[in-house]
Amino acid sequence: MINKGNLPPGFKIERSESNSEEFFINMGPQHPSTHGALRLALRMDGETIVEMVPHFGYIHRGIEKQAENMNYLQYILLSDRQDYLTAIQNNLGVCLAYEKALNIGVPERAEYIRVILQELGRVASHMVFFACFGGDLGGQTCLLYGFKEREMVHDIIEEVTGSRLTTNFFRPGGSTFDVPDTFIPRVKAFIKHMDKTMKDYERFLSKNIIVLERTKGIGILSKEDAIAYGCTGPMLRGSGVKYDVRKNDPYSIYDQFDFDVPVTYNGDTYDRYTIRIAEIHESLKILKQAVEKFPEGPWRAKEKPVRLPAGRYYSAIETAKGLYATYVVAASGDKPYRIHTRGPSFANLAPLNKMVQGQKISDLVAILATIDPVIPEIDR
Amino acid sequence: MFTPSVTHPIGDFVRKLVPDAMGYVTPYLPQSVLEYIPAANSVVAFLINAVICIIAVCIVAIGNAPILIYMERKVCAHVQCRLGPMRLGWHGTIQTIADVLKMLFKEVYAPKGADKFIFYLAPMVVLIAPFLVLTLIPFDKNMVIANVPVGIPFIIAVNGFGILGILLGGWSSNNKYSLLGSLRSGAQMISYEISFAMILLFVVMVSGETNLLSITQGQEGTILDWWIFKIPVLGFIAFVLFFISSTAELNRAPFDIAEAEQELTGGYHTEYNGTAFAMFYLAEYINLVTTSSLATTCFLGGFYPPLIGVEAVDSVLMMVPGFVWFFAKVYFMIWCYMMVRWTFVRPRVDQLMDFEWKFLLPVNLVLLGLGGAYIVLFG
Repeated sequence: MINKGNLPPGFKIERSESNSEEFFINMGPQHPSTHGALRLALRMDGETIVEMVPHFGYIHRGIEKQAENMNYLQYILLSDRQDYLTAIQNNLGVCLAYEKALNIGVPERAEYIRVILQELGRVASHMVFFACFGGDLGGQTCLLYGFKEREMVHDIIEEVTGSRLTTNFFRPGGSTFDVPDTFIPRVKAFIKHMDKTMKDYERFLSKNIIVLERTKGIGILSKEDAIAYGCTGPMLRGSGVKYDVRKNDPYSIYDQFDFDVPVTYNGDTYDRYTIRIAEIHESLKILKQAVEKFPEGPWRAKEKPVRLPAGRYYSAIETAKGLYATYVVAASGDKPYRIHTRGPSFANLAPLNKMVQGQKISDLVAILATIDPVIPEIDR
Repeated sequence: MFTPSVTHPIGDFVRKLVPDAMGYVTPYLPQSVLEYIPAANSVVAFLINAVICIIAVCIVAIGNAPILIYMERKVCAHVQCRLGPMRLGWHGTIQTIADVLKMLFKEVYAPKGADKFIFYLAPMVVLIAPFLVLTLIPFDKNMVIANVPVGIPFIIAVNGFGILGILLGGWSSNNKYSLLGSLRSGAQMISYEISFAMILLFVVMVSGETNLLSITQGQEGTILDWWIFKIPVLGFIAFVLFFISSTAELNRAPFDIAEAEQELTGGYHTEYNGTAFAMFYLAEYINLVTTSSLATTCFLGGFYPPLIGVEAVDSVLMMVPGFVWFFAKVYFMIWCYMMVRWTFVRPRVDQLMDFEWKFLLPVNLVLLGLGGAYIVLFG
């Protein structure tokens, strides 16, 4: 037992006589449900969490520093290695910043390829969330079911880009290659399959009485807190803020599609779960429109050497996790002076301490699952 | 004089065999020894009998465990759209044996700061309860090892050993996850044991017997004479309640909050490995057999075939030996436990307690009352 005023680093709440039986648990970095090498130092009162301090940096690779020694195109490869679940979306974020700098347009077919792959990536990422969320609640079967559909997306992505996870596909002005002829039929088949299976999965988890008991009213994040901590994506929308970069600040050709931004207002674990399920449906809606209108034509603008004119360029996109922004400072030559990434997971994880205080250790696992962090993106 | 109380065919056979065998030896023994032979005969018969019984229990327990582990992996794989073990042997049939061998050859060590004596004692204590319960189960009309008159109360009493082992293991591991897991499981199993005992007592009440063999023989007849159907509605409710509370007793998902892999990285057996872990694992699966056997004995007509009252069908069903029917029913129950395990998510620890004390126990009490009323009105 630790004396008053002698708490481990990071813990702020003062000790009092009433919580004299506290103990500390080190959750991670080797733990089944911390989603990677995340370490959470927990201050416990029995099963109840008094306070939590996260520790990062176990897989820090210095990606932003590495970028300064690479040319612009090589950095697209590193953007895969940040949030590997939304790799294809990160690629686009970087390319948009370059395109702004180079002032090149993108042919229509390339834009459609981008949108379709973006939304496929979003479905894949949300299916991983579904899998991990079910798995963390104790339903091991969910883990396999979610990954089943995610693998189907990756099969399509593999056929298009050549790799399953780290895609490295988009380039300023388009993409590395054109899509094969089988691309649109496969996406159509996938949409049809997803429409059917999502019903099963929703019946499996969304209306399960144990899941409802476990998630409703747990880990509430208020609207004010969500804004103050800089949360984005489903975390923000689950707390009742209708903000989606695709709607509020459209990039690519998202303004040509008809889709809704789902919002829920309780800010609890269940709301963050339902938001993601609703987003899968919205993604499928976009995909349906995109495969119908998919045009013929050039798939890449005329190639130019990627040398950004000196200046500062910023692009923001909505990945499955939230706002992914790239800030490029270009000086001269073919290497960036500085590239900074604003990843969604880091900001989304920030309010965790506030959300878990007074909850049980089982709730921490459920809350962490709905934040859906990817640790390589936090550590970079 | 001490007389052995075990009365079943094997016992009778041995009791007859020993004097016969002794007949060859007696002419060569001095008179002073011969005086004690009648008493000694009885004791020797008892001891041989005991050895046979222990071997029988071990065969049932250790023979079933690898089959169950293989079955669990296959059922789990089937539910999760996978294949499961496929490499070793036909469809991975000897995978379990390979795993057991691997476990047995691993070094057994205790973590730093662990209470070594209790740490190594715990896995053995865990095994006491399932083995003792197994001796009471009537696998067939003549296949029961200890046909004690107080079967059900004995089972209720003995089941407490399982909790003891888990508590000891979690406490002595010097690991906070283990401690949390064992405390959870202590609270959970003690609570659910009340419901578990209540439903067994419901069966005792309606059948008027505490001996398991007599309970089974009370269900002779067609399928409608089994306790699950004999009392309309009440029997089925009792069976469902038994299923729920025994799942919690077994520490199986969705009530596996003691292990809670996602929260406690394995709970009370986090620090165990090798043979010690294998014993926890074995206990889990023998418990599965004993609990399913209890369900079979108390609700599903034990070793009697599911007769439907049609002569032609019944005569065919009667040709199958009783223990085959018994194990068929046991494995059906086990399959149900496995399907439940891989379907549901886990409730939180406080919700589990609420469920027991605020829902299951009151319902059980009402059920006992209704059962009494049924006996008074129709029995």
